[in-house]
Amino acid sequence: MTRTHDVRSDAIAVERVFREAYGQAVATLIRLFGDITLAEDAVQDAFVAASDRWRRAGIPPNPAGWIVTAARNRAIDDRRRSRRGRELHEQLGAVAVRSHDPAPDEQGHGGAVIDDRLRLIFTCCHPAMRMEHRVALTLRLLGGLSVEEVARSFMVSESAMMKRLVRAKYKIKAAKIPYRVPEAADLPERLRSVLSVLYLIYNTGLDDPERAALRTEAIRLARALVGLMPDEPEAAGLLALMLLSESRVPARTARGELILLRDQDRSRWNRAMIEEGQAIVRACIRRGQPGPYQLQAAIQAVHCDAASLETTDWPQIVALYDHLFSVMPTPVVALNRAIAIGEIEGPNAALATLDTIARELDNYHLVHAARGTMLRRLGQRDAARLAFERAALLASTEADRRFLQRQIQDLAD
Amino acid sequence: MGEYLLSTFAVEGEVPGAPSTPEEMKAFMERVVALEGEMEATGTFVFGGALHDPDASTVLRAGEGDVVMTTGPFVEAKEHIAGFYIINADDLDTALAWGRKVVDAIRHPIEVRPFRATGRVQA
Repeated sequence: MTRTHDVRSDAIAVERVFREAYGQAVATLIRLFGDITLAEDAVQDAFVAASDRWRRAGIPPNPAGWIVTAARNRAIDDRRRSRRGRELHEQLGAVAVRSHDPAPDEQGHGGAVIDDRLRLIFTCCHPAMRMEHRVALTLRLLGGLSVEEVARSFMVSESAMMKRLVRAKYKIKAAKIPYRVPEAADLPERLRSVLSVLYLIYNTGLDDPERAALRTEAIRLARALVGLMPDEPEAAGLLALMLLSESRVPARTARGELILLRDQDRSRWNRAMIEEGQAIVRACIRRGQPGPYQLQAAIQAVHCDAASLETTDWPQIVALYDHLFSVMPTPVVALNRAIAIGEIEGPNAALATLDTIARELDNYHLVHAARGTMLRRLGQRDAARLAFERAALLASTEADRRFLQRQIQDLAD
Repeated sequence: MGEYLLSTFAVEGEVPGAPSTPEEMKAFMERVVALEGEMEATGTFVFGGALHDPDASTVLRAGEGDVVMTTGPFVEAKEHIAGFYIINADDLDTALAWGRKVVDAIRHPIEVRPFRATGRVQA
């Protein structure tokens, strides 16, 4: 019995090591061979070899290094066997040697060697790629999810996802999307694209409990990005935003139905995540280079500080939304600001603010849900019910629809 | 090194935002000449220019034994290529940086598309 248990826990440990090492190994192989598919195949083969060996002999001290070396040898063998084998092998020898002795352009600021994963994430998230391609490639190559897992996450067939990945890789190769960290002038735009891909992955996991694993993956990738770019406050802001949002997930739904912030059992919030997220927010404030993700994280940090909705520091939240709106003037930010104003000045003030954005956001279910909530607080039950009905019609997730249906039923009673 | 096609399109014969007064035309030409000079000086420029109207085009296709000629354009569409550059660029980011300069000069959207290796082009 004990023996069986050991084998299983070893298998889980090996699995975890693979997941951790995958992005690193693929990224390094792509730099060495300049070919994504070759890198994927070689790393896959190395994993198969490692799986046998490690279960017998134990996990080596540097598993990622072991995988990279094994995959590299396999890729060289593969190339040697191929038609242009001999010629390519000589070229590869040269590249491989250089990889042990980084060229000057391999050095980042402060002389640190640039992690290959950073190159890879900027390639996968290049703004010239379609958003769905960026997301799929990032999860596959950096997250180490199987094609089947990525397909399941986006509710498409495995063959459709395979085609999507092939098309994405085709564009990288044909258009020569570079495999490097962008230069300073391009960095803000390129980093925004990376952050938006990670946040989309997180929110996709938030919308659907079946896809909860995406949230874990997004947080893992954001954490890795912060480690790779410690001087980018927006990357830290995104990690904090995800952690603070994640901390409330245990209280956010019950039996598949959404529970509003007002009604959540705050003792079920994850304190460790809140503390980590708030510590990052405080460090961001000290740095004094605010951006959209940091400000959204700061707003969440204020919410997480409060013992109840009533004791929330609403003036602080409105001030943060004002700041956020000045750097990110989207209707959705305006909507959230209006809701916060409602908490200070009452439902009439909130409705007046909502009216100023209603036209632009008429197809956004949360505007109508917010109107419904404010109208209900004013005792205008019929108008409230109509607003919730419109919201239910526009809602995109099952949990939202169920929540809105319940509001409608309560108002009809 | 790769080669990229930077193309711009006319919609129903019109290029929206195209210079309409002699002063605008003069300023437009100055921007284009300066851009092409910069492309030339950096070894970026391969070929390029503006195209005549699609009404001026002729289509040839393989027939039985002989090549058959019809009036153009080949594609019946509202949009037609109005002009293009072919440039040398190391990678997409370099090509896109040149693309931005082209957009600044002509103030009209462009498409950036990589060339594929044929006889002469080493992609």
